[in-house]
Amino acid sequence: MRHVVHKRAVTRKEVVSGGVLAVLLTLLAVLAFLASCRGDVEIVLSEELRLLPDDRSAETHVGFYLLNEGNMGSNKATLDFLDFKKGVYRRNIYAEINPTVPKEMGDVGNDIAIYGSRLYAVINCSNKIEVMNARTTKRIGQVEIPNCRYINFHGKYAYVTSYAGPVTIDPHYEQLGYVGKVDTATLEVVDRCLVGFQPDELEIVGGKIYVTNSGGYMGAGDLKGYERTVSVIDIATFKEEKRIPVAWNLHRIKADKRGDLWVSSRGDYKGYPSRLYFLDREMQQVTDTVPIAATNFWIDDDYLYAYGAEYSYVSVEEWAFSYAIVDTRTHEVVTRDIITDGTEKNIERPYGIMVHPVTKEIYITDAGNLVTPGALYCFTPYGKLKWKVRAGNIPAHFALLPQP
Amino acid sequence: MDVLKRRALLAVTLIQVATGLLSAQKITGESSRSPREERFVTEEKTVEGKIILSQVENHVQNETPTRPETPSQPGTPKQPTDTTKVKTMHLDDFVVYGSPLMKEVIPVQKLSGEQLKSLSSFSVADAIRYFSGVQLKDYGGVGGLKTVNVRSMGTHHVGVFYDGIQLGNAQNGQIDLGKFSLENIEEVSLYNGQKSNIFQSGKDFGSSATVYLRSRTPRFAEGKKQNLRASAKGGSFDLINPSVLYEYKINDHLSASVNGEFIHSSGKYKYRYKRVHPTSHEVMYDTTAVRENGDIRSVRLEGGLFGTINEGYWRVKTYFYDSERGIPGAVVNNRWMNPQRQWDRSFFAQGVYRKNVTPRYDILINGKYAYDNMRYLNPDTTLMLIDNTFKQQEGYLSIANRYSLMNWWDAVLSADMQYNTLTSDLAGFVFPKRLTTLIAVASAADLGKVKMQGSVLYTHVRERTDSGNTERDEMVKAAPEKNEFTPAFFISYQPSDRQNFNIRAFYKNIFRMPTFNDLYYTDIGNTQLRPERTHQYNAGFQYDNEQKGKLVQQWQVQADAYFNQVTDKIVAVPKGSGQYRWMMMNLGYVEIRGVDVATSALFEPFKELFLNLRLSYTYQKAQDFTERENPFLQELTYGGQIAYIPWHSGSVIATFTYQSWQLNYSFIYVGERYHSSANIPEDYEQPWYTNDVTVSKRFRIRDVGLRAAVEVNNLLGQDYEVVLNYPMPKQNYKLSLTVEI
Repeated sequence: MRHVVHKRAVTRKEVVSGGVLAVLLTLLAVLAFLASCRGDVEIVLSEELRLLPDDRSAETHVGFYLLNEGNMGSNKATLDFLDFKKGVYRRNIYAEINPTVPKEMGDVGNDIAIYGSRLYAVINCSNKIEVMNARTTKRIGQVEIPNCRYINFHGKYAYVTSYAGPVTIDPHYEQLGYVGKVDTATLEVVDRCLVGFQPDELEIVGGKIYVTNSGGYMGAGDLKGYERTVSVIDIATFKEEKRIPVAWNLHRIKADKRGDLWVSSRGDYKGYPSRLYFLDREMQQVTDTVPIAATNFWIDDDYLYAYGAEYSYVSVEEWAFSYAIVDTRTHEVVTRDIITDGTEKNIERPYGIMVHPVTKEIYITDAGNLVTPGALYCFTPYGKLKWKVRAGNIPAHFALLPQP
Repeated sequence: MDVLKRRALLAVTLIQVATGLLSAQKITGESSRSPREERFVTEEKTVEGKIILSQVENHVQNETPTRPETPSQPGTPKQPTDTTKVKTMHLDDFVVYGSPLMKEVIPVQKLSGEQLKSLSSFSVADAIRYFSGVQLKDYGGVGGLKTVNVRSMGTHHVGVFYDGIQLGNAQNGQIDLGKFSLENIEEVSLYNGQKSNIFQSGKDFGSSATVYLRSRTPRFAEGKKQNLRASAKGGSFDLINPSVLYEYKINDHLSASVNGEFIHSSGKYKYRYKRVHPTSHEVMYDTTAVRENGDIRSVRLEGGLFGTINEGYWRVKTYFYDSERGIPGAVVNNRWMNPQRQWDRSFFAQGVYRKNVTPRYDILINGKYAYDNMRYLNPDTTLMLIDNTFKQQEGYLSIANRYSLMNWWDAVLSADMQYNTLTSDLAGFVFPKRLTTLIAVASAADLGKVKMQGSVLYTHVRERTDSGNTERDEMVKAAPEKNEFTPAFFISYQPSDRQNFNIRAFYKNIFRMPTFNDLYYTDIGNTQLRPERTHQYNAGFQYDNEQKGKLVQQWQVQADAYFNQVTDKIVAVPKGSGQYRWMMMNLGYVEIRGVDVATSALFEPFKELFLNLRLSYTYQKAQDFTERENPFLQELTYGGQIAYIPWHSGSVIATFTYQSWQLNYSFIYVGERYHSSANIPEDYEQPWYTNDVTVSKRFRIRDVGLRAAVEVNNLLGQDYEVVLNYPMPKQNYKLSLTVEI
């Protein structure tokens, strides 16, 4: 090219042309430089955040795991750990401790629990239960259960609810859910017991497994499509014994000190609200309804800590969040203010809730907008903010790690 | 000069003026002419319109391609001044874009003709990536969803027009550009704001940015009555892609064309996830897998009638598309395959009629009927069985009137009506119907050095719902009526008649309606949604230069700086907990500050070797200023770069032509970005860039023209993702052969 230019007398126009060429080549060079910027993709290491050491909490528990769900399809289920004694919050520890697991922990963490020396994380859209060492968070293996939801334990077995029961040849099949019985030694599913549609949380008390059936896939647009029962499975025979009617679209179930059950319903997100029900274990029926929305709750000692998130597009176009503490003996609402210092106004979407059994400190997570990180809040038993920390995407489920 | 010759010359000149290809001075060599004279020439066109047309067609066809297409980006594309070399002009340029006023006021980018053909691109989406200011969202593969986002305002703000009439999707507002094959497309152009020609339908005024796709118009060499073109492509992903085009000249005033295309691909390609440790740099995992369920099978059939009448023309077009595809889904831990399927069947028929009624008055009528059927199946036995069908219908009629008040002053009044319906077997779905009325008043003035254009669009939307699949008592009410007035104003200034330099600026305020899904989708829709608005402020310049016989034969540069606001942005917010319920809300606020630069040049380094170089560069700072209830969480996202928008991006296209050989190299660069507005390490995405090369050769065997091409895409085999967890193909190939009789 240069050769051609030199042969001619340099005119002003050619200077301009040369300038243009220079500009174009410079742009090319810039692009080439930018292009050199890509390197190998790195795994993301954990981050350490310093909080105040908490010796009282550390007396009984080393700390707790917080499972961040991560939005569906984002593969961003992550684990955080709070060490009470050191007062250190480590965010996103799984990938650093288990860096060789392809595509990390997985998609949508739905439940977490510690049983014996192991930590079990139910990863809903990765169709697996991740099994780790509870102390080191080192991966031990995984249990394959499609669309797994919640986990509970009894004896040497883990029991896991799943939405994905057997399928008939009918092209318009409906799929019952089931409870899978997992041998914790071999991590194999040894038995399955069919329950209702889309079973969620399960509780084990008095030799029975109580499973909330939601029917969440069936109810869109029609309230009566939802399930409204709790399935009762006998542990010994692993057969469904009966179904106890409660309310539409059930979600959570937890036993109180006396072994009676507290069940929450999600409602239909329209006119039919979320509620909290008392299921008397002796009578095997619902004997009381507490008029609070209970999206999620935690029972500590004789008290049930609940929050409710309800959207109503029938009345006002607004989200309504409410908090309440219920006395499980009297079924009375003790207070409607878990948080007393006004912090609740800043919480966009309360999601996870946990109470320390000794200090009675209350932990509440804010899931924010679901696609960016949420936050973890620690409140004193009197509802005053102690500290807050950024968590992962959709911080949701807690597992307290006892002292050895 | 005999009459015929004079007319032919005049016609060519007119085309050049009409399409803004040349400034006045070039028409008559070196002498400069006033805009008034230019106007005079173009007015003559309307008198002799029809005759000139046929002359041009014949003239054009006699030319054998001896030199490459001139650069068509940026802005007003240039043609050689030598009138005998005009070969790409035809009906559309002449008639549709015939307005003499305001051609270079609005930033436009085009890809057409040979250059478009030579790109390694399959669908319209692939071509649009080369424009500045554009980000393409690509889910990967032949059948993967591809949507375009212009200047970070969001996919819904881009109007896509196919042969002059907008493609609609009232259901989700999303036009999958991956579905539009480049096979029959002759020109792809992108306008920021709106098209410069104000003589257009109301819908043309109705988007923040507009993509125009122009399919081939029949044209015949002298003495020929029919054309046949057949092509076949094949290559990676088990691609089989034959197509055929037949054009027939019924008489001098009427021609017809039919076009068919079939695409089959298994969509299988290898992808790789490799991660290293940030401190030790040791490989932690390195997994290669094959993308599954990305297959596609589609058929496209088009037919058209093209007629000219005294002082005008008319066209009728039908379009049919039928496809089945797999939806490959996100690749996540322990789940490397998804079984979801989608079937699409679309049909539309559209017509346009245009006539110059009096020397001062023109009328343009557009009409369309469209039917779309989409079936989505989720047979995943680990998830809910979903098998839903959605049916949409659209009726559209538009009348645009132009009146020349003065030689230098046009006024336009357009009125459109559009009716949309959507039905489905989705449980709990109400059946919405929407009647949209658009009235646009626009004016353009040419004051010599200053040109101005202004428009106001009035939009009225009325919706009704049937109880659909709900029980009557819980029937969702229809969204309230909407009345919107939205203005746009454009100005350009050319300091000197001698220089092809002009500066320009515009402001436009427009909105996008919430889609039927946003408003009515069972349990998610929110009828109280307001339209999502944009405000655009743009200032820029353009410079064209041409030097015959020099190394750099011609070059152009255009640059624009802009500030955009997106208010009342419609975002999905979660509702309740656990079961992934979402709710649509008007929550977001985004500010975009950007610079788009596009340059092109034509070199002739050696005799008969031409290099056509196009470069584009985009800088965008697109920040999320959405206020949040939680100030602690707001710290993370406030002011953050919004999801998937790189700060820096650019492209290079270099086309070397030597006689019948052509080598095309193209490069796309997308800089670092984040996949959410929380700009944290967890959400960081590395830059990616692809190198594509195409070699083609034309040859003739007797009367048959052939073109053979070989493409290699992603030459360096880079592993990258455009969308999180949707891996893109590594190196891939394509072969094609085209036969023209």
